[in-house]
Amino acid sequence: MARMATRRRVVVSTIGAWLFGFLIFFPILWMVLASFKTELEAFAIPPSFLFFHWTTENYATVQERSDYFLHAMNSVIIAGGSTLIALLIAIPAAWSMAFSPTKRTKDILLWMLSTKMMPPVGVLVPIYLIYKSFGLLDSRIGLVFILCLGNLPIVIWMLFTYFKEIPRDILEAARMDGATIGRELVYVLTPMAIPGLASTMLLNLILAWNEAFWTLNLSTSNAAPLTTFIASYSSPEGLFWAKLSAASTLAIAPILVLGWFSQKQLVRGLTFGAVK
Amino acid sequence: MGQITLQDVQKSFGPVHIIKGADLEIVDGSFVVFVGPSGCGKTTLLRLIAGLEDVSGGKILIDGKNVVDTPPAKRGLSMVFQSYALYPHMSVRGNIGFGLKMAGLARDEINRKVEAAAATLNLTPYLDRKPRELSGGQRQRVAIGRAIVREPKAFLFDEPLSNLDAALRVQMRIEVTRLQKQLGTTAIYVTHDQVEAMTMADKIVVLNGGKIEQYGSPLDLYEKPANLFVAGFIGSPKMNFVTGEHAVQKGAATIGVRPEHLKIERDGAGGWQGTIAVAEHLGSDTFLYVDAGPLGMLTARYIGELSLHAGDHVSLVPEPMRIHRFDASGNAISG
Repeated sequence: MARMATRRRVVVSTIGAWLFGFLIFFPILWMVLASFKTELEAFAIPPSFLFFHWTTENYATVQERSDYFLHAMNSVIIAGGSTLIALLIAIPAAWSMAFSPTKRTKDILLWMLSTKMMPPVGVLVPIYLIYKSFGLLDSRIGLVFILCLGNLPIVIWMLFTYFKEIPRDILEAARMDGATIGRELVYVLTPMAIPGLASTMLLNLILAWNEAFWTLNLSTSNAAPLTTFIASYSSPEGLFWAKLSAASTLAIAPILVLGWFSQKQLVRGLTFGAVK
Repeated sequence: MGQITLQDVQKSFGPVHIIKGADLEIVDGSFVVFVGPSGCGKTTLLRLIAGLEDVSGGKILIDGKNVVDTPPAKRGLSMVFQSYALYPHMSVRGNIGFGLKMAGLARDEINRKVEAAAATLNLTPYLDRKPRELSGGQRQRVAIGRAIVREPKAFLFDEPLSNLDAALRVQMRIEVTRLQKQLGTTAIYVTHDQVEAMTMADKIVVLNGGKIEQYGSPLDLYEKPANLFVAGFIGSPKMNFVTGEHAVQKGAATIGVRPEHLKIERDGAGGWQGTIAVAEHLGSDTFLYVDAGPLGMLTARYIGELSLHAGDHVSLVPEPMRIHRFDASGNAISG
């Protein structure tokens, strides 16, 4: 017998869902609210929720003390650059594994994924020393490189799943039509994979934008992206909650907007292959 | 020109032999159908000719030149896939013209050829549509357009009509046959539907278990099947097979009689006696499924209406000149 969705059940579960959603969202809301408080109000106990002295002073101070736009630009370059390079490497890699697999293809894919299982701190010292010798510390190129390598397995996996979904017949038709492998990739495969490429790109941008371990450890000022910028507000001289919140709000704003507009693509990208 | 010759072509996937040595001579301009049950290797054989699979042994000659090491695009063949395999992101124009674009033709020339092909196939109003905006039959025609526009040495068709509904299939069958005659281009057509094979082919290749059972014209196969398999596969309804005493009398292990070659007598004492289990009245034909005791179930066909019903007793008399004889290993005994 089908379960009847009674009115009461609907009301209860709707309230429950909203409460749960609010709980998840609360830290972000709190951060945004705190960014508009004075330092004193920011850590007052009991805290004030909406009725406090609203001020944008923190934003002005943050911009004055550390150049937000420099860091934001660094974030854009590092996240964008690493994503672009990762895609350039991953497209042919995923293509070959999806369309001419060998006996070892599955093993290679698993091996690539296994690199994500190692805690990054395990290789911090060697990477740091290598970067030091090559003069890559605190350089954008160095960060682009390490983030690209770090996310490459995920990008290849996602693209591999997408490419797998493309009917072989169509690629064979292209081959019969006289397309070389390169042209098949440019004219047939890539256009068909655009939705997949888009969501892979978005996810990778977000991952790279939020990446904090390598960016904090390998950059200080010149190449520092927004993650380093936020971290600089939790310093030995004391915690500045309001300013830290203002910096964080500024840091997540661009990616939040991007994520908001591409929700559909993102969800599709994350569940692709799992659900059809 | 499109003369295709297979010499002892073999294909195995690991230890599994899919094609066990195929020899075939396809003359230029002919329409050859590969037919057989699923898993008989007919699609594999087509893909070997196309170059989408590599041969494990033997030679494939196109106009006398061995092409086993030539990539598909350089063989000068074009293929129509079962799934149509249209490029979903391109318009009909883009789909048909893709091969020409890859060949590096000038845009004007591509447009001219695409439009000519579209006109032949009644696709002109749809040139700027995407495949998803077309019906099944239209998609099929786009796939055919893509094949003819390149003026290949031969067309390869891989069960192209199997996704269409019955009425459209008959119509497309006629269109494809007419188009092929009009262009005079060699065609190899794979199907599991023996009606398609009989109606479209100049010559039929019957495949079974990776081997060519018989190669001949549709009527050759109907009148002189080389073995039990071909005899049973070609013709609808299936040929009746009788073993035992009746066969021995004719000097064979098995004898076969087609349903249309059994004379139906209501109260005859001769022939094979039986009781009608099912009678199908189509108006144009009457099919009788007769339980003939030790002989098993026999099928008889009568052209026109015959007022007989389930439970009626009949006697079936085979036409003496139309009895096919087979030896113990299933091969036809001539004469």
